[in-house]
Amino acid sequence: MANSKVSQDTGDLVLNRVSKFYGDFCAVDDLSLTVPDGSFFALLGPSGCGKTTTLRMIAGLEEPSQGTIQIGDNDITTQKPYRRNVNTVFQNYALFPHLTIFENIAFGLRRRGIKDVKTEVENALNLVELGHLAERKPGQLSGGQQQRIAVARAIVNRPEVLLLDEPLGALDLKLRRQMQIELKRIQMEVGITFIHVTHDQEEAMTMADTIAVMNQGKIEQMGSATELYEAPKTAFVANFLGQCNLIKAKVQSRAGGKAVVTAKGHTFEVPLSRVSTDSDSVLLGVRPEKLRLDDRGVNSIKDCVVTDRSFVGTSTQYLVRTPWDLELVVFEQNDEGLHDLHVGDKVSLEWDAEHTFALDGAQDINAGADLEDEE
Amino acid sequence: MTTLSAPPMPTLGHRASRWVSRNLIRIYAGLAFIYLFIPVAYTFAFSFNDAGKSNLVWQGFTLDNWKNPCGAPQVCHAVSNSIQIGVLSTLIATVLGTMIAFALGRHKFRGRTTTNLLIFLPMATPEVVLGASLLAMFLNLRVNPGFWTIVISHVMFCISFVVVTVKARIASLDPRLEQAAMDLYANERDTFRYVTLPLVMPGIAGAALLAFSLSFDDFIITNFNSGIESTFPKFVYVSAARGIPAQANVIGSAMFFIALFIVIIGQVVSRQRKKS
Repeated sequence: MANSKVSQDTGDLVLNRVSKFYGDFCAVDDLSLTVPDGSFFALLGPSGCGKTTTLRMIAGLEEPSQGTIQIGDNDITTQKPYRRNVNTVFQNYALFPHLTIFENIAFGLRRRGIKDVKTEVENALNLVELGHLAERKPGQLSGGQQQRIAVARAIVNRPEVLLLDEPLGALDLKLRRQMQIELKRIQMEVGITFIHVTHDQEEAMTMADTIAVMNQGKIEQMGSATELYEAPKTAFVANFLGQCNLIKAKVQSRAGGKAVVTAKGHTFEVPLSRVSTDSDSVLLGVRPEKLRLDDRGVNSIKDCVVTDRSFVGTSTQYLVRTPWDLELVVFEQNDEGLHDLHVGDKVSLEWDAEHTFALDGAQDINAGADLEDEE
Repeated sequence: MTTLSAPPMPTLGHRASRWVSRNLIRIYAGLAFIYLFIPVAYTFAFSFNDAGKSNLVWQGFTLDNWKNPCGAPQVCHAVSNSIQIGVLSTLIATVLGTMIAFALGRHKFRGRTTTNLLIFLPMATPEVVLGASLLAMFLNLRVNPGFWTIVISHVMFCISFVVVTVKARIASLDPRLEQAAMDLYANERDTFRYVTLPLVMPGIAGAALLAFSLSFDDFIITNFNSGIESTFPKFVYVSAARGIPAQANVIGSAMFFIALFIVIIGQVVSRQRKKS
């Protein structure tokens, strides 16, 4: 069905040492990345981290200043966008306002010289469950419907890679959840590589097989949602994905598969496998839901004070101040072991060694915190 | 002196001034429209005047002028000239102006700012000056003024208006639509043909209508560069010395109604498009 002018490569998408400069500003900094064929891949980061620039370079709408981009064995770095077997779902959908929905979806097929587009367009419309809207114009559709049409318009071409640029950003929360599931279903059905750019960590974690967390033009860490959440390698990743408690500490010894660290006179243990630095100055990390309001564990801090509590349905969130005035966040599940503490109550904290991780202490302890809602 | 406890009964004067202040905008709009349309109404009314030689005084009602709009000597020749010149200069100015607008709106090149400025100049220059210079130029080039010198002059001053109108439309065009087209396998030519051009078309059409009305209407520049050739405005001007025939009013009114008709059709079509 394809026009011979459009490349028909299959295989992994490989970015090799790609950089992009705008004048002196470095938007993407020496980025290397392999996206396996058929995977759902997310580029996650705050606005201005270079994720959209990366996407546009893959689409061919920007040319890298350095480095190469390949699909399989074919170098597409300087190939025109219309020669690449890559399609994009744009942030504001960019549907052609003067064409009907049918013609919008048929656009790519027609440009490649395919005569009989009817069946293909209908199949694509059915895939997004909007077959009845074929004769409408984009202006007559709701945001959610336009979003699905944008997906259909891209997918009907069976691209090797489908790029999604914040595709759910303009939708309200409920519709966004629904579309997340929908997109995941479509990806499974068509088996195309999806690269999803988003600043919403929850969206990335829900949908993607692999997430690359980007910050300042570089990839901070890449892995599954669980890996990134449970074992972050940088303070930025720890803070950007969910909430995290970080404590400045010093490594005293590394032996027997564990490291012993101290902070303000308290001693904590961390499995060596979860220490991602050789430095002795570390940031000790533990997620709020891993903290317990008890004092029996290996890692514990006594003589803390509750400074804030808020009930959020499934859990109660406490802010607890340590004796050295550091505030830690604690989530307690609302089940039988509930403590029901109030502001001013004395409390102890404890957590398991295997839930602790240690990061390089030279980083900014607040990197990536409070960034996700910026846009 | 008024008391604070009971509001005073509104007097007639109060009520009148309140009515005026409430309807001030409507009164103002009504006056403005009357001011704008009195000349048109006058022209229209006098197209029915049984005028004879001079159409200055009301002599009685007749439909003869409308039945025979070419009745006055040379009037239809002048109108036909005006239409031909209008169509030709609109076509040329729209094509050239649209190309300039795309160059200015879409590409960065050396001298773009200067070009932008130069495009404005003909609009800012007094028409008498333009007309006189054009005539001097034609005479120096030993070209006899006539039909084609009028066309050339009209194209020249229409281009600026076309550029400005089309450029505004291009500026409001979302560049992502063209990127989306490129992303969907449309090369540069197809992107222009299937996305850019259809989206800029309303601007181009508007520019063409503007160019035609400017050309059809022009007297000053035409008068300098027409030689013995006549156009409708020139005909009216020349005959003003002896008395304008009522046929001029007929043609003027007809032009007005045709324009009105086109505008209404345009509105209806765009409203229906929005509805469906």
